Amino acid sequence: MKQDIILAGVGGQGILSIAYVIDNAALAEGLFFKQAEVHGMARRGGAVQSHMRLSNDAIWSDLIPKGEADMILSVEPLEALRYFEYLRPGGIVVTSSTPYRNIPDYPDIDRVLEAVRKAPRCVVVDSEKLAREAGTVRAQNIVLLGAAAASLILKDASLLLTIDALFRGRGATVLEANLKAYELGKKAALGA
Amino acid sequence: MSRQILLGDEAIALGAVHAGLSAGYSYPGTPASEIMEYLIRLAGETKAFTAVWSVNEKVAYEEALGASFAGKRALVSFKHVGLNVAADPFMNSAVTGANGGLLVVSADDPGMHSSQNEQDSRYYVQFAQIFAYEPSDHQEAYDMAREAFDVSERFGLPVLMRLVTRLAHSRSPVEIREPRGPNELRTGAAKDWTLLPVNARRRFALLLDRQPEMVRFSEESPFNVLKLNASDRSLGVIASGVGYNYFREAMKGEAALPSFLKVSTYPLPEGLIRKLVGHVDAVLVVEDGYPFIERQLKGFFGIAGKTVLGKLSGVFPVTGELSPDNVRRALGRDPLPAVAASVLPLSGRPPQLCVGCSHADTFKALNKALENYSGSNVFSDIGCYTLGALPPYNAVQTGVCMGASVSMARGASDVGLHPAVSVIGDSTFAHSGITPLLGAAHADTNMTVIVLDNATTAMTGGQPSYGTGERLLRIIEGVGVPKEHIRTIEPLPKNHEKNIQVIKEEIEHRGLSVIVAVRECVQEQRKKRS
Ligand code: SF4
Repeated sequence: MKQDIILAGVGGQGILSIAYVIDNAALAEGLFFKQAEVHGMARRGGAVQSHMRLSNDAIWSDLIPKGEADMILSVEPLEALRYFEYLRPGGIVVTSSTPYRNIPDYPDIDRVLEAVRKAPRCVVVDSEKLAREAGTVRAQNIVLLGAAAASLILKDASLLLTIDALFRGRGATVLEANLKAYELGKKAALGA
Repeated sequence: MSRQILLGDEAIALGAVHAGLSAGYSYPGTPASEIMEYLIRLAGETKAFTAVWSVNEKVAYEEALGASFAGKRALVSFKHVGLNVAADPFMNSAVTGANGGLLVVSADDPGMHSSQNEQDSRYYVQFAQIFAYEPSDHQEAYDMAREAFDVSERFGLPVLMRLVTRLAHSRSPVEIREPRGPNELRTGAAKDWTLLPVNARRRFALLLDRQPEMVRFSEESPFNVLKLNASDRSLGVIASGVGYNYFREAMKGEAALPSFLKVSTYPLPEGLIRKLVGHVDAVLVVEDGYPFIERQLKGFFGIAGKTVLGKLSGVFPVTGELSPDNVRRALGRDPLPAVAASVLPLSGRPPQLCVGCSHADTFKALNKALENYSGSNVFSDIGCYTLGALPPYNAVQTGVCMGASVSMARGASDVGLHPAVSVIGDSTFAHSGITPLLGAAHADTNMTVIVLDNATTAMTGGQPSYGTGERLLRIIEGVGVPKEHIRTIEPLPKNHEKNIQVIKEEIEHRGLSVIVAVRECVQEQRKKRS
């Protein structure tokens, strides 16, 4: 059993928090994992990606080879498109439909979403709307994690435990909002 | 034993701590910053050792060397170009030797994710003629860091660890072992450490004498693994660091591996290389960075009857990173089936200054102030503000190395350029901007230095800055800049007109001026609030 995931988004969207939750859930389940992340200059509103590899067996490369990714999990639709050639045939794209427009030549969003739907399988959720509904627009990353949950090889309970551990220190409101964001994401994925 | 999730950087830091570290020093730089971040966190929790950000890498190196001379185990870490800054003490410490174990960590950045060049620290290892490790994964990073201190004390020399961005910034669980305590204070031989020619000659001869022992040690290291395939002699692979991972990844699912040698230590394990090369017809060298092993293997004339493949032969691109994909190709395996790349043209999303960043306001005012001059030059330095080179600002024309903006503006002014402007952040100014300003003040050079004081080392994530606020102003005055030409502005949209005026006045002053643009980094402000 293995799962290779490309996490994508824009600096500041909380990609590394998604990675943190998956890492710790994987540790709790006794899986091997490697997660290569981007730091430094890319944080300033630039494209951010992380290669997340989970497996029952030892993992060699920190980077996912092209054609091995089982999932692209993106908090931004244009960013999801950047990594299509990493996806294996039959792979899934889980992405937000909310564009992050900090570049002058952002393409027409309908064309972006149309291109996203060319993936073998895809789940597109309106993370902005759902995060607002959960109580904070900053929880879009956790909405996406929820939307991906059913397709992950990790147990729901382990994910919930680490979400709890990550946000408990930031106060009850933040924790509540993120737990709700996770549930809303899950529900939206069922309907998507 | 317990399992802990660590970045490659953190695994090195923890390995060092568990080896009985007493002191760690560093200057921030991607991808090495997280080593010291982690050490500072651990030191805060345990109070068992010192961990501090130094003013620059040379200072950090010398602080660590001093701790080693005092008998304690010390670590110094930086990014690859940081080793250039520390090169003077580094080279000489190979001659003086170390007393307490001394581990030098240099994080290379093939592919230049966040760097000016792709230099390969293994050349420095060869230059200084010391022992070095190159881990391929997190466990090795931890284990090697632990072992490095013993090796350093055994050879009485600093030991270097070279890693690359992909490992530095990857997370994985690591098995942690029992920590051990620090060394006692102990003095050493002053004659070894005072590099007067009479001592230096003796010490250098000793360093050369030790080389064969180091090669032997390398050959016996369990981190170097040689596996010969008895039935297939066509190809052998020499792979180091993350290159080894990509090799194994590419061979996944194959019944048999070609003969291979995993190289993890330097000087190169010559005997093992000889055995591998003797066994096969062609050798593929898989190494991230420069073709360091490949070049040594080939020399001028190649190896009679053998083919050596790698970056020099064109099997791999000479620049950029290795990847599982280009290693797979080099091994002659077909690419994996994959979904087609998106046909929609994807505009890039380059890094940019944060919304509300003070540098943006400074650049707008500076551009306006320079509008009517032709042939002016703005020398920039290394920091977030180097992004001022990109649209929409297009405000700076250079970005070479730490501190260079001040010295380069001086050089340009000396040969007649006006306006000659330097733009440098407060942390970079403390790192290596003060010394060139001292010379410029002495000569009253006709140039304008703009120090962007945002009270932090922003680009690497907000490490402390030692020359900021009042102290920064006193430093500038102290090096001899005339008081009436030390001006302060607050880079905010509402001050735009005023700021243009100040910059214009100081450019028109035919002598040295320093303008300090004071406003905190908005990321740091946000951090403090949350
Ligand atoms: S981190 Fe600070 S200094 Fe850097 S771009 Fe953002 S606001 Fe500006």
